[in-house]
Amino acid sequence: MTKFLIKRILSALLTLFIVATVTFFLMNMIPGGPFQNEKITEKMLKIINEKYGLNKPLFQQYLSYMGRLARGDLGISYKRQGFTVNEIIAMKFPVSAKLGAVTMLWGLFSGILLGVAAAVNHNKFIDRVAMFLCTLGIAVPSFVVGTSLIYLFAINLGILPYSSLSTPLHYILPVIALSFQPMSYIARLMRSNMLDAIDQDYIKTARAKGLSRFKTIFKHALRNTIIPIITYLGPMTAAVLTGGFVTERIFDIKGLGSYFVESIGNRDYPMIMGTTIFFAALIIVANLIVDILYHIIDPRIKVE
Amino acid sequence: MKDIKDIKKEQKNQKNQKENITVSDFRKFAKPGSIHLNAEDIITATDEEKQQLFTMRESVTYWKDAFKRFKHNKIAMVSLIIILLIIAFAFIGPLFSPYSYDQQIRGSESLKPCLEHPFGTDRIGRDMLVRNMIGARISLTIGFFCALIVVVIGTAYGAISGYIGGIADNIMMRLLEILYSIPDILVIIILQIALKAPLSAMFPNSRLGSSVFSIFIAFALLYWTNMGRMVRGQVLFLKEMEYVTAAKAMGAKSGHIIRKHLIPNCVGVIMVTAVFQIAMAIFVESFLSYIGLGVSPPMASLGSLCSDALPGIKSYPYLLFIPAILISLIILSFNMVGDGLRDALDPRLRSK
Repeated sequence: MTKFLIKRILSALLTLFIVATVTFFLMNMIPGGPFQNEKITEKMLKIINEKYGLNKPLFQQYLSYMGRLARGDLGISYKRQGFTVNEIIAMKFPVSAKLGAVTMLWGLFSGILLGVAAAVNHNKFIDRVAMFLCTLGIAVPSFVVGTSLIYLFAINLGILPYSSLSTPLHYILPVIALSFQPMSYIARLMRSNMLDAIDQDYIKTARAKGLSRFKTIFKHALRNTIIPIITYLGPMTAAVLTGGFVTERIFDIKGLGSYFVESIGNRDYPMIMGTTIFFAALIIVANLIVDILYHIIDPRIKVE
Repeated sequence: MKDIKDIKKEQKNQKNQKENITVSDFRKFAKPGSIHLNAEDIITATDEEKQQLFTMRESVTYWKDAFKRFKHNKIAMVSLIIILLIIAFAFIGPLFSPYSYDQQIRGSESLKPCLEHPFGTDRIGRDMLVRNMIGARISLTIGFFCALIVVVIGTAYGAISGYIGGIADNIMMRLLEILYSIPDILVIIILQIALKAPLSAMFPNSRLGSSVFSIFIAFALLYWTNMGRMVRGQVLFLKEMEYVTAAKAMGAKSGHIIRKHLIPNCVGVIMVTAVFQIAMAIFVESFLSYIGLGVSPPMASLGSLCSDALPGIKSYPYLLFIPAILISLIILSFNMVGDGLRDALDPRLRSK
């Protein structure tokens, strides 16, 4: 276990290191520098470059960047004067985190429920509808879902609000849009696992002993089928975080995702780098936790 | 049906006859326990007899069998037809359009769908029908080329890793795992931003814009991992087969075995994974276009059309919904064809 833990943590760190390195060098490949525009004279540019350490050799810049990164310092935003990237992330991320957390909870809940409902009604109407929904959910991009929801519920019917996240009611549409795809994956996974589980002997035994159908499904079968869902939590975190770029933009949510897209437009390089590394770290840590959890919960899983 | 029955009956009779003859002959000429063989028993079959064996049943190859199964899968067939229709729409359609995708028609700005412009026109008077055609063309092209890149890199990597085995396989798989754990969308975004300038300089006259090439580069770097894994798994299984041992025994070189024996037997797996990759690439492109990192205007992709239509959703919903439906339909169809292919090529994996 300890060996597995150390190995897994080291590989997570290595991945993060690679992402940070790749990000740094790619962002420094961009010609022209971040401050170049017509208004700034040569002399001013030189002063600014000196201030931000951009006149040093690239490798030295890289070392100092990685050094600061190791201490958790992501640098200074070029576009938003006087703010560090850390401060902006601290300001914007809670909004994204709230949306993300609600989305993950809703996705898990609805996905598991839908999957179980489909499996229990195998090849019946509910199963067909659920599978149709899931097939759509996997194929239809989240921005299509989001804009369709806005058009239908906010513009045409006018029953749900769609901009920002001021009240709990405001969460409904973005959460559905963002959770649609993860929900579909979970429901499909759940359904096929459940179908396997229902055929097992211990379920038949439980039924034969007179336990109700509801109890056999939710007390016996669900426990065993829910374990593989844990592996999906890692990719789900990634899907929710990166899906946020688009969903936050559509629903006018002032989170880190929409700010990231904005800073791409603004060419705020430290902000882009900082957000990328921050998101990458979150995703990598989520994957790490999921791996460890899975290992603890189900010792039968061998680590290669 | 009748033919087969007749042939079978004939064969049965013949067999009985032959048996009768041999048994009686055996009694006639050979003593019990004698090792003398009857010449008639080992006489070569006449051409007629051979012919009868041939006509018994048409041989069914693996591919014919798979195609038969695929044809019976209604959903997959419908999806395939939809894909073909969209391909025709995207590649042949623009030839018949009187407008070009970047032509701004004065006096017909923001038209609702009408006879002249079935999909309407946008804010600056561009015909949306032809823009959707071009958008679908870009999306499909990106899908196919990305799948091609993934097939080439993934197959080579997976086959080599699986075939060599041992330490090399171990190292190659570790590398693959690291690549796999890199959050792909984030790296694509960074690549997109960083490669914009150098690629624009390399292809100054390209109408596609640099973004398409950086998507290709991103796929070449990150997205082949799944294909690599699939092919490696298949090769690990295949290399233990007798025909590989036979080829080795006859002195075939590794490269020859991989090219002539292993990869052809992986084609099924490769095809299925590639079809899903197409859907994936189209999805990624639309995502990037949607956050403003896609094709550069005036070029259109389905994702950028959706993105452009967002501000006017209240008044011009069709501008958004047509490309949105198209893109969903393309991704859905490729997924369905992928599912159908997987079921057809490997019935054991058929989903419930």
